[in-house]
Amino acid sequence: MAKVLVVTSGKGGVGKTTSTAALGAALAQRGESVAVVDFDVGLRNLDLVMGAERRVVFDLINVVQGVAKLQQALIRDKRVENLWLLPASQTRDKDALTDEGVGRVIADLRTRFDWVLCDSPAGIERGATLAMRYADEAVIVTNPEVSSVRDSDRIIGMLDSKTVKAEKGERVTKHVLITRYDPVRAAKGEMLGIEDILEILAVPLLGIIPESQDVLRASNVGTPVTLNDAASAPARAYFDAARRLTGEQIAMVVPAERKGFMNRLLGRRAA
Amino acid sequence: MSINLLRLFSSRNATAPVARERLQILLAHERGLLGQPDLVVTLREEILAVVSRHIQLDPEKVTVKLDRGKTVSTLEVDIEVPNGFETMVRDGRRAAAG
Repeated sequence: MAKVLVVTSGKGGVGKTTSTAALGAALAQRGESVAVVDFDVGLRNLDLVMGAERRVVFDLINVVQGVAKLQQALIRDKRVENLWLLPASQTRDKDALTDEGVGRVIADLRTRFDWVLCDSPAGIERGATLAMRYADEAVIVTNPEVSSVRDSDRIIGMLDSKTVKAEKGERVTKHVLITRYDPVRAAKGEMLGIEDILEILAVPLLGIIPESQDVLRASNVGTPVTLNDAASAPARAYFDAARRLTGEQIAMVVPAERKGFMNRLLGRRAA
Repeated sequence: MSINLLRLFSSRNATAPVARERLQILLAHERGLLGQPDLVVTLREEILAVVSRHIQLDPEKVTVKLDRGKTVSTLEVDIEVPNGFETMVRDGRRAAAG
């Protein structure tokens, strides 16, 4: 049965698009059929992170308005089989999306894919509420930083009240994904620890993505980090998170950066 | 071991506990405000309904107050009951039994 998962956060710049692309590619590499859907109308970026920016013809709004069929708007990934992108519109505004129209597109996607990953825009406005509206599950992307945790708390409240599931008296399954985590700074007490964040948000942990330059390297070249360098620390963390999404029990570890010989010798952290 | 040593040398920079405490206090307030805007109204109505089943009350003389403190919050319920309500209750029971 298809699962609709929203990747959300409230706050901008915490890694929603990076995480959508990385988790989508990781699930597809495991043989699941996956559609990643960009809900950030007017400021689309999932196409860029996926390296499909020059292949966009039709978008989510075209499909919602019946201008294009879903098959015409879906872009197939060139690297991984079973991975598809439904881009957002860059020219229209978010009011072009309607609740009913989004519901129809999501229902259609459910019949074609195992996973539908909705990349939410930042904020708590219409775009963000529509991205979460039809979700069965939610990944709340959180940085170990006060403003991000506060916004995540707000989004959790919305997931519990403004989704179709919540209105039916059911629950959206929620997961926290901590990104840009620096274990060394956390151990020094300079950064909120995993336990702190989980205690405050009271939502189970999906994974811990370490702060890493591999993330920027991957987005520079338009490849999800899980495809760009599968052995890198963030990629391994995303692979573990994807396996947890499919129900596997995996011990929670923060993958460490690979250190070069000189760095190891000097006790420096790898770049 | 290495973590303990780090802690020892860096207590000056340990700002995370401050972040944690600020968040806990802030979110306790925000959750109350945003999550259940009518909590006090709902409590007042339901308490009034339960007590009214046994005692005749003047709805105007029931006050419910919720105070959120740093560590403990208090719920204050103040109900003014008319004198002689005990006889009213007994009469009510007798009437129900008979």
